[in-house]
Amino acid sequence: MANVTIDNVVKRYGSVQVMHGVNVDIEDGEFVVLVGPSGCGKSTLLRMLAGLEEISAGAISIGDRVVNDIPPKERDIAMVFQSYALYPHKTVADNIGFPLKMAKRPKAEIDEKVDKAAAVLDLTPYLARYPKELSGGQRQRVAMGRAIVRDPQVFLFDEPLSNLDAKLRVTMRVEIKELHQRLGTTIVYVTHDQIEAMTMADKIVVMRDGRVEQIGSPLDLYDNPNNVFVAGFIGSPSMNFVHGMVGMKDGQKRFVSDGGTVLPLPETDAQEGQQVIYGIRPEHITVGDGGVPMNVVVVEPTGSETQIFAKSSGDLIDALVKDRIFARPGSEIGFVIDPVNVHLFDRKTEERI
Amino acid sequence: MDNIVGQRSALTWAVNFAVIFMVVLWTVPTFGLLVSSFRDRDQITTSGWWKSLVSSEQNIIVRSQEPEKNVKDGDLYVLEGNIFDATSGEVRAFGVNSREPMAFLPGAVAEMAKGRTMTVAENGDYRITSVEEMTGTRGIRIFATSVTPPKFTLDNYERVLFSEGIWRSFINTFTVTIPATVIPILIAAFAAYALAWMEFPGRALLVAAIVGLLVVPLQMALIPLLRLHNSIGIGKEYLGIWLAHTGFGLPLAIYLLRNYIAGLPREIIESARVDGATDFEIFRRIILPLSFPALASFAIFQFLWVWNDLLVATVFLGNTEEQLVMTGRLRELLGSRGGDWEILAASAFVSIAVPLLVFFTMQRYLVRGLLAGSVKGG
Repeated sequence: MANVTIDNVVKRYGSVQVMHGVNVDIEDGEFVVLVGPSGCGKSTLLRMLAGLEEISAGAISIGDRVVNDIPPKERDIAMVFQSYALYPHKTVADNIGFPLKMAKRPKAEIDEKVDKAAAVLDLTPYLARYPKELSGGQRQRVAMGRAIVRDPQVFLFDEPLSNLDAKLRVTMRVEIKELHQRLGTTIVYVTHDQIEAMTMADKIVVMRDGRVEQIGSPLDLYDNPNNVFVAGFIGSPSMNFVHGMVGMKDGQKRFVSDGGTVLPLPETDAQEGQQVIYGIRPEHITVGDGGVPMNVVVVEPTGSETQIFAKSSGDLIDALVKDRIFARPGSEIGFVIDPVNVHLFDRKTEERI
Repeated sequence: MDNIVGQRSALTWAVNFAVIFMVVLWTVPTFGLLVSSFRDRDQITTSGWWKSLVSSEQNIIVRSQEPEKNVKDGDLYVLEGNIFDATSGEVRAFGVNSREPMAFLPGAVAEMAKGRTMTVAENGDYRITSVEEMTGTRGIRIFATSVTPPKFTLDNYERVLFSEGIWRSFINTFTVTIPATVIPILIAAFAAYALAWMEFPGRALLVAAIVGLLVVPLQMALIPLLRLHNSIGIGKEYLGIWLAHTGFGLPLAIYLLRNYIAGLPREIIESARVDGATDFEIFRRIILPLSFPALASFAIFQFLWVWNDLLVATVFLGNTEEQLVMTGRLRELLGSRGGDWEILAASAFVSIAVPLLVFFTMQRYLVRGLLAGSVKGG
């Protein structure tokens, strides 16, 4: 087990720079999730950690050792690939034992460790099978078995669940988290699925276009997003954004949208007349009297909750409420917004105010 | 939609017919060759291989025993024997002169000049009688229409393999072919892995150069190469021809294998790298087993090409008994025994038997999906 430090790492392909000075500190035993839209550089960062891509500038340390020029096999890491990357001509047992065989360990030790890993992952009945005879979830577990059998300092997971169907994904998510709690090994996990990130991570690193947007615990990112991108990326359904400016009404600062909708504001440093983006999560809106009057556009009941899309002066806002609302499209409804839950961002920089 | 479906089925029929046509086109002569190679020499000359299962009717002219061997039987001098000698057959008709070779039925008595008579039984026994004593050593001609039953024999093979020297050439060809197939595969597999998966400067140029070499006709290189071989002392030796075939086969081998190996999933190789495998271990434990279909298909190509090659063998090997390959031997046989079909058919079949065997044993590796289960959708 070890901590990992990514210090000002830059990656260039020829003259194209894809990674612009990334800094991440990963504590020993932490479950860190790199998340972001496709093309944000999260997989590249993971591959640089693994040693499969070279670093153009900066430094990566695992433990207290700078590993910039150390080949993958000497970094003491194990990686699980999105496509499983099993060896098709080897049995499950040989697949799991391959890293140990490469390390020239004695046969008895390999057998023992393979059996142990298989037991942990419920793969014991399948040890003699070939990958083509396994289901997707079993293949994924074999790939994980191949990783844990080495007892590495760091596990690297590259979108390991994105090839599985939705139901299996939830099961495997729990299994991976359980595995982490049992082994206590540092894990760096890449995904584009923010729900995976929120549910599994101790720490989330949100990336965009080769830059780190924000690092923090899942709830920290949810409650205090640094900018519009993080606010919109974390949370489902995603945050409502309304463009407008800060105005005054009845001696209090109010938000006035470009369309003219007036929304309540919390205590803020924003000046009157400042151009801002107003963010409110759908689940933080309740329906009731005295709220902002809105016209219902669409109502989507899902049983446990109801999502209401409503419009006011051209601004579309959706709310997610626990109550069952039976509102007809076109009817008027009141959205009650607690100012405490409002996020304000600068309109130009999109940074949090 | 109906239209599209209709067109497609018509096309399928066309494809099926074309395939059947080509299979027949290829199989029938081969089969004919196989049948011919087992037939008796005389039967080959009188009927086609497709009649090999029915008795053949032929007009034969045989000579009786020497007339001076006649024996006195009562008043007559008698000459007896069988027209089929060692073989068997059935006489349908016989005659005493070339104008009417089928004038008499078996058992009938034919009158001949000088008071002689001749009778031939169905089983070929003849009896010639004469009032005077017969003299001379030239047998009397007997014209007969005989029916010989189908006859298959291994004699042709025995003769070809053991007295025409084909067996020795067979061994010589193996001596050329096996190393000339194995050596390029070994070299090309290493090269293909390096060109596909190892980073080094000039890699793309090297690949381009190899692809360029594909179009160089080997005839161009024969003389310079032979001079080189002569100057280093391997001019007319097996080592020389192995190296020559290796050189001529390498561009295609590297090109084929590189394309295949470059198409293996990147994750598998990266995974092995993270798992601690060196390049050589990745090559030996991952790439080689997974590349078996490509290796097999190139092995078939190279084997067939070297086996059937005459040009390179003529240039780089001598004409001695120890060095003459099958193709060279067949060419000589064509010259010296161009009329002996049974010899040619048997030798031809000996020479195609091995390529057929190689193809049928290797082809199952070509159709097997070796990558199944390794990656999603694989």
